[in-house]
Amino acid sequence: MKPPAFDYLRAETVGDVLEGLAQQGGDARVLAGGQSLMAMLNMRLAKPKLLIDIMRLKELRQIERKGDAVVIGAGVRQADLLAWPDLAEALPLVSLALPWVGHVQTRSRGTICGSLAHADPSAEMPLALVALGGEVLLRSAKRRRRVAAKDFFAGMMLTARSDDELIEGISLPVVRGSRFAFREVARRHGDFAIVACAAMKTEAGVRFTVGGVADVPTARDWPRLEGSALDDALNGFAYELGARDDVHATARYRRDLVRMIGRDLIGEVLQ
Amino acid sequence: MTRLKADARHSVRFTLNGKPAEGEAEPRMLLSDFLRHQLGATGTHVGCEHGVCGACTVVVDGMLTRSCLTLAAQVDGCEIRTVEGLAPSADRLGVLQQVFRRNHALQCGFCTAGILMSLDHYLAKNPAPTEADIRDLLSGHLCRCTGYTPIIQAALVAAAELASATKETSDA
Amino acid sequence: MVQAAVRSANSVDQGSDTPWVGRSIERVEDAALLSGRGRFIDDLGVQPGTLHATILRSPHAHADILSIDTEAAKRLPGVATVLTGSDVKAVTTSLVVGVKAPVECWPIAMDRVRYVGEPVAVIVATDRARAEDAAELINVEYRPRAAVVDPLGTLVSGAPVLHDGFPGNLASDRSFRYGDPEKAFAEAPHRFSIDIRYPRNSCTPIETYGVVASHDAGEDAYEVLANFQGPFSIHTVIARALKVPGNRLRLRTPPDSGGSFGVKQGVFPYIVLIAAAARVTGRPVKWIEDRLEHLTASVSATNRATTLSAAVAADGKILALDWDQVEDCGAHLRAPEPATLYRMHGNMTGAYDIRHVRIRNRVVVTNKTPTGLNRGFGGPQVYFALERLVQRIAIGLGLDPLDVIKRNLIGAGAFPYRTATGALLDSGNYQEAIARAVEQGRLADLKAKRDEAQAQGRLYGIGFTAVVEPSVSNMGYITTVLTAAERRKAGPKNGAQATATVGLDPVGSVTVHVASVPQGQGHRTVLSQVVADVFGLAPKDIRVNTEIDTAKDAWSIASGNYASRFAAAVAGTAKIAAERVAGRLGRIAASQLNVEAADIVFAKGFVASRHNPENRIAFSRVAALSHWSPGSLPDDAGQTIRETVFWTPPELTPPDEDDRINSSLCHGFIFDFCGVEIDPVTLETRIDRYVTMHDCGTILHPGMVNGQIRGGFAQALGAALYEEYAYADDGSFLTGTLADYLLPTTTEVPEPEIIHMETPSPFTPLGAKGVGEGNCMSTPVCLANAVADALGIADVTLPLVPARLAELVRGAEPPPPAGGAAIAPAREGDRRLRGEGQASVKGAPEQVWAMLLDPATLQSVIPGCQRVDRITDTHFRADVTLGIGPVSGRYRADVELFDLDPPRAVTLRGGATGALGFGNAEGRITLAPDGRGGTKLTYSYDAAIGGKVASIGGRLLDGATRVIIGQFFTALARKAGGGGASGGGFSLFGLLAKLASLFGGRR
Ligand SMILES: Cc1cc2nc3c(=O)[nH]c(=O)nc-3n(C[C@@H](O)[C@H](O)[C@H](O)COP(=O)(O)OP(=O)(O)OC[C@H]3O[C@@H](n4cnc5c(N)ncnc54)[C@H](O)[C@@H]3O)c2cc1C
Ligand code: FES
Ligand code: FES
Repeated sequence: MKPPAFDYLRAETVGDVLEGLAQQGGDARVLAGGQSLMAMLNMRLAKPKLLIDIMRLKELRQIERKGDAVVIGAGVRQADLLAWPDLAEALPLVSLALPWVGHVQTRSRGTICGSLAHADPSAEMPLALVALGGEVLLRSAKRRRRVAAKDFFAGMMLTARSDDELIEGISLPVVRGSRFAFREVARRHGDFAIVACAAMKTEAGVRFTVGGVADVPTARDWPRLEGSALDDALNGFAYELGARDDVHATARYRRDLVRMIGRDLIGEVLQ
Repeated sequence: MTRLKADARHSVRFTLNGKPAEGEAEPRMLLSDFLRHQLGATGTHVGCEHGVCGACTVVVDGMLTRSCLTLAAQVDGCEIRTVEGLAPSADRLGVLQQVFRRNHALQCGFCTAGILMSLDHYLAKNPAPTEADIRDLLSGHLCRCTGYTPIIQAALVAAAELASATKETSDA
Repeated sequence: MVQAAVRSANSVDQGSDTPWVGRSIERVEDAALLSGRGRFIDDLGVQPGTLHATILRSPHAHADILSIDTEAAKRLPGVATVLTGSDVKAVTTSLVVGVKAPVECWPIAMDRVRYVGEPVAVIVATDRARAEDAAELINVEYRPRAAVVDPLGTLVSGAPVLHDGFPGNLASDRSFRYGDPEKAFAEAPHRFSIDIRYPRNSCTPIETYGVVASHDAGEDAYEVLANFQGPFSIHTVIARALKVPGNRLRLRTPPDSGGSFGVKQGVFPYIVLIAAAARVTGRPVKWIEDRLEHLTASVSATNRATTLSAAVAADGKILALDWDQVEDCGAHLRAPEPATLYRMHGNMTGAYDIRHVRIRNRVVVTNKTPTGLNRGFGGPQVYFALERLVQRIAIGLGLDPLDVIKRNLIGAGAFPYRTATGALLDSGNYQEAIARAVEQGRLADLKAKRDEAQAQGRLYGIGFTAVVEPSVSNMGYITTVLTAAERRKAGPKNGAQATATVGLDPVGSVTVHVASVPQGQGHRTVLSQVVADVFGLAPKDIRVNTEIDTAKDAWSIASGNYASRFAAAVAGTAKIAAERVAGRLGRIAASQLNVEAADIVFAKGFVASRHNPENRIAFSRVAALSHWSPGSLPDDAGQTIRETVFWTPPELTPPDEDDRINSSLCHGFIFDFCGVEIDPVTLETRIDRYVTMHDCGTILHPGMVNGQIRGGFAQALGAALYEEYAYADDGSFLTGTLADYLLPTTTEVPEPEIIHMETPSPFTPLGAKGVGEGNCMSTPVCLANAVADALGIADVTLPLVPARLAELVRGAEPPPPAGGAAIAPAREGDRRLRGEGQASVKGAPEQVWAMLLDPATLQSVIPGCQRVDRITDTHFRADVTLGIGPVSGRYRADVELFDLDPPRAVTLRGGATGALGFGNAEGRITLAPDGRGGTKLTYSYDAAIGGKVASIGGRLLDGATRVIIGQFFTALARKAGGGGASGGGFSLFGLLAKLASLFGGRR
């Protein structure tokens, strides 16, 4: 279990990163916290020719309030965000979900943006991004663009990022006057979710987002629903997610969790 | 910008437990292998090489770090702490280590270095942890021998001893 | 919980006047281990020029090897050699097999692979990374065969046969009869029966296997350092395989070993393999197993299918048992299997007084990793059936399960008690142990809690188990697999030789050596206590060495660290050795002090007269005398330099003519009960309280005994709730990482409440019995009984995965809403992925057809395609690189087209293989005009994926395949819509290559 050979580029400016990506394209990989990429390299699941280490770039380490949004740079580690004093006030959903990402020892290195780039269907941060309707800030040597959360996740471990783009950061809206609830079921503490759910009170009713079931985290906006109308909505949603069996859980079990946890969380935020 | 070529060995320098350390590594060399096989610091162990077992945990620039998920090249110029740096001197154990011994918090000792590093790092910032805090912290480590509870107990005892030692020093 | 952990963990006993044995002194091992100075195998330096090996392993569960092309690998700079089966065969011979049958057992595949992970080639290079680079360049051509993974399925006629020498995959079939079971069943008022599937799991030490081997061609002698744990009967197996006499295989163990729990016995085939590599290269070769290799292909406990029936009286008294056990040893019957099945043979009646027993034992082979030693060794499998049945009997008769246990216990006055199947239970008082546990463990409170919880509608249950824990195995028990006649022919096997050496050096300091190979159990500390007590010294005065070197040390076949033999056998042997030396020292001291030898005592560093303690001489002076002045020793004293004792208990006799076998020397007793609560939403099992009562005879070091109990409990909790080496029906291995094979962590393991009782064993020198394995036997079934109680279910299978419980307790699922999404097709048992779909494509069917079949465009349109070879018009081969997200790999693909019906339909069939695994698929595509000038394309497919990706990417596997297919057809529609058939098109070939290669797709 030793990685294949690759060149290593320690970027000192964002320009270095973009140049490396432009030159090497799909054969280059950004190395952020390494908590997913390095494991894949050790298993030789990935064979990049070049790793571009972005973690020495101070300009990517910012957590900034910009009006009604929080912008989180690519160099911000999960532990940095958890320790950000404004987190619970500005991004309550993130403060609920982030402690579920791995362990203290992986959050200390892993980045927020790395988790989004990796786009594991069970990961918590992609779920939070979709639930909140955030944006991903992409930049290549040629251009900059912002992609909405719902357009960013294209499938399991697939995103709208093209090979020459760096995720510079993300922007998450500060949602005021709402209520949030989050719940996750995994086999053990710290494991990837079998099902993770977030509920958020909206003006019209509720937004309910589910990770771990479909290939990408998926949200539904509903008016205030109660009783059997809510049950029907959840049941329909549970089926639409196209749950599958794996070694840890069955499709049926996942649908059960979506239905039951959905009821609890929606009840919680709407009460 | 530094670009290290895949097929060559490059010099890597850092501070290891307060002392300068230097060796050569190909870009693909893992920090765990570099510490163990280039520098001879074999106290850091390797149990999975995919980030789950925690045996390889060290501290890099104040961050708990899986050395198996880190390249040696990445830590050039950093400050690294490993289990070899925990004891005040070669013939004495630190408080945490002593408490581990007294509470039978290790058997084979293979997982122990990583657990000690997590605790040493954590207790320095969190002097009065609850059992739940310790369980959450150590969920990132696998131990197959002890059943964990003696480790948890040792951590709580160590926290108390360290806190009272700090208090004594500051009272004095 | 917070307080619980604090309260019941032990701290160190610092008292001074009592004997050292029985006190929880600090461990001598710990200072080094706590400061990074342990000496595990990979911490030790190697000779300059040592080469490093990696092993290429089979991605298939069952296949013929058609060819292995190692040329490119051998050409890679830094590669010394590549060994395949034939190279290994040239320098070794097959490992011996534990039953009489014409089968071979090699440490590497010869021309057929029989399990995922079976070694296919050993690559030796200057370093591990380079060896792995080379491994990727080896091209193995396989012809897959049907695989079988189920122990009962493998016996069905028509099942694929693994070895011709095991017809019907049956390696052994023996029936036993004790007492008169037929009569008991005929006369009993009740009969209860239970069918059990015990899963595969492993105690997975955190340190993996390691071997460093070298070969001296001049003497044809091997030197091996390995973190092997014994039994050293295996030394003979290794030497034989290497074709040298035992004295030319020097096997050493490193000072520290990172856990074993039986598992490191399984390193031995790799010793043969790496030693062969050393011989071929003429250089020392080192191999450190990685975690993926360990999970896939090291060793595991056996899985077992059991039917157990009991003849029962109305009051719950069990009159007879009828066992039918089918033991699954995996693809090869590797030494010492089928020992897992026979280790418990004397104990098939557990803690109960049952005189009539019938047993049928079958041993089968399946396409899974070969099995071996694993903590509990046969016990978990047996007790899961027996103790589940006891609960079923209680429910069936309307009795309290604890009353049924009590009704059947062996009487307190009956010891030593000979079980129906031959074990001689040394000592115990089971009734008393249960009474104390019920009282001290507050069972009444627990019951009240359950009643209250159940009244509130919560899912709360209580489980009980009573278990006899055998320890110190009889080296002859395994011969019970042979018939009495076969045994007569083979010659007797029995006993359990333990050895210990006590030496005194010229300054009178004491050294102890034992061949016990500890893996974290603190043997050095306990021995220092035992010997210090004999000599009146302190443990720090005694230096203990537990490394083994078969060229220099005293050892025998039973040496090693297994069957919980240390405290009962090895420590006692050290005591005997020390006492022998002390006896002689006493005579010397007596002559110097002018007293009778009987008046001599050893205390506080002196040898003194009991009556006149002032009349004394320093221990070190007496101890040194043999070195400096042998002439002044009394004539009858003999030397006191070194004493080696071999000890074997006379109780361990070979199986008798009627197949009765005293399989173990000592028998501890365990009584567990627990309360669990199940979350109604997630169906996760939470252990509320767990009480475990142990009678392991005399306790030598309470801290370590409790450490063994806690460690075993945590592993058993894992086996009960989380851990399974899962295989798909096609033999794919599904739990190849520690994110899939789930070990419990701090957040899952509570503190068990441990209660002790000490009934010394009359058969061991110190009165101690084994304690290390008990909870691995008792805890899984105790938890299962509690969960069954909580949910009111009869059949529980381990591990108690919430999704599985959902199937048992939840009724029909709410149907999907009308008109909503259809249920995704249920996954077929054979793990093939099936699906269908359609796409609309611009252009008439003829155009699309031409595009599909135009090989000239293949290379340009298949993503990542390096080259295409056209074999015939309808048969292609290609090299492609495919990836999904960050995951990518190179594959060789082979595709054929069938049933061409231009321009309407075509069938494709083919496969792809690469370092990440393999896939094969069949698909049918039909084209029909859509009435608007375009084409409606319908497809259905059926694909299977295996190898590394299935083992380590299981969670994402189905989804990835679906992504690939979805992408392909989106691309198809887009391309055809955009540029029609010109230039940019797509190909059927591309589809198949993608289907067949997991994570294929994006670029
Ligand atoms: C034991 C363990 C448990 C875990 N449990 C969880 C869990 O429960 N939930 C969870 O969500 N995750 C979990 N993870 C994974 C999580 O820790 C990773 O942090 C995260 O998935 C990736 O972040 P990273 O910064 O480490 O990225 P890396 O590993 O460095 O990179 C991941 C991928 O993203 C790409 N990438 C990274 N940053 C950028 C960027 N700025 N621009 C473009 N591409 C980029 C990389 O090229 C790579 O392909 C676990 C990991 C471990 C080791
Ligand atoms: S070796 Fe690094 S976490 Fe296991
Ligand atoms: S002490 Fe052996 S793994 Fe923890």
